[in-house]
Amino acid sequence: MSHIISAADAVASIPDGAVLMIGGFMGAGTPPRLINELVRQEKKNLTIIANDTARPGVGIGKLVEAGLVSKLITSHIGTNPMTQKQMIDGDIEVELVPQGTLAERVRAGGFGLGGVITPTGVGTIAAEGRQTIELQGKTYLVELPLKADFALVNAKVSDYQGNLMYALTARNFNPLMAMAADTVIAEAESIVPVGVIAPDMIVTPHVVVDYLVAKEPSNG
Amino acid sequence: MDSKTLIANRVAQEMKSGDLVNLGIGLPTLVASYLPKGIEVSFQSENGIIGMSMLPHPGLLDDDLTDAGGNPIGSVPGACAFDSSFSFGLIRGGHLDVTVLGGLQVDERGLLANWMVPGKMVPGMGGAMDLVAGAKRVIVAMTHTAKGTPKIVKECSLPLTAIRRVDLIVTELAVIEPTDDGLVLREIAPDVSVEQVLEATEAALIVPESVPEMAFVA
Repeated sequence: MSHIISAADAVASIPDGAVLMIGGFMGAGTPPRLINELVRQEKKNLTIIANDTARPGVGIGKLVEAGLVSKLITSHIGTNPMTQKQMIDGDIEVELVPQGTLAERVRAGGFGLGGVITPTGVGTIAAEGRQTIELQGKTYLVELPLKADFALVNAKVSDYQGNLMYALTARNFNPLMAMAADTVIAEAESIVPVGVIAPDMIVTPHVVVDYLVAKEPSNG
Repeated sequence: MDSKTLIANRVAQEMKSGDLVNLGIGLPTLVASYLPKGIEVSFQSENGIIGMSMLPHPGLLDDDLTDAGGNPIGSVPGACAFDSSFSFGLIRGGHLDVTVLGGLQVDERGLLANWMVPGKMVPGMGGAMDLVAGAKRVIVAMTHTAKGTPKIVKECSLPLTAIRRVDLIVTELAVIEPTDDGLVLREIAPDVSVEQVLEATEAALIVPESVPEMAFVA
């Protein structure tokens, strides 16, 4: 059962320096109001775990543009020149992780695993600092789990309890991150009465969603 | 045909009905437009969909349905969506038949470098390392040289994407297959001579007695 909270109050509970997992892929499935609140409240020195930093002015790109990010664990920054510039200038520390490995590290964090072993990255720069192990004649990298203080996830639909359903490619990292943080804040495009989402359609059960961002009144 | 069209067209000939295919951003995306008649494949995108298609009309774009570059796409009947862990399970788990990727360099061992130029371009590997490590077949679609500098080299000077040998290299000049013996020149493009290919290639090429011209099925 999630508590209903305003976007402003949800973000106010996040301290400067927090480690945030943020769902989304090139902005699709990134919670827009929570991002705007992070910028408005000028949360500083954030560590962001996310697939990418989208483009300037889009999704997580807004946090980079506002200079709020000091560390980034991500798979791709190529579409955001601002992230690359801040990395080169030394303003953001960037850890690049292969995308499938990033997903599995987040999953491991949320599913209570001690890590994952993957063939991806063996013999490349991505293997630097990683333990390698041989199993049944094949070489693998040992990748450690990722956890966060907060996960900011975006759903297509939530019910009043915080059961979440996603849409198409906006699902991406959201359900994984909803398992891997101490506090999970969900923002949904629409919020419906309990029962409207059939149990089989629910991807993230309400028990892992701590806060559901309230809708704001709109005039029609 | 311009270079990119020729490359995309030739790569498309490699597809078999029933294949699950992932096309990288850029040139590889064009492959979808040149599938031979009667060949039905499914396109996977690593952001979590099987069954992506071109957006049928700009007015139908939806923020929740994009390709891996964040561009709006459509989907075919029977399309299905899933999270990133599942998406890469498909890729690493041996369920993806073909991936087509761009390249910065491929070397004599058939190893690919396609994700960074130290000091110049550090975009991140995205899904490339998983795709090369996991796909059943890896096809590199790239121009033969970068402004005259050979991209098929003795040994990659750029950071590798994986230590798995790629299966085929298709350029605007040639089709080259990495094998245990080295890089074999399999086909040459129309109006291109073997000598021209050798000239534009730094790596040693094994040239069979007869090298046919690229064939295209409409």
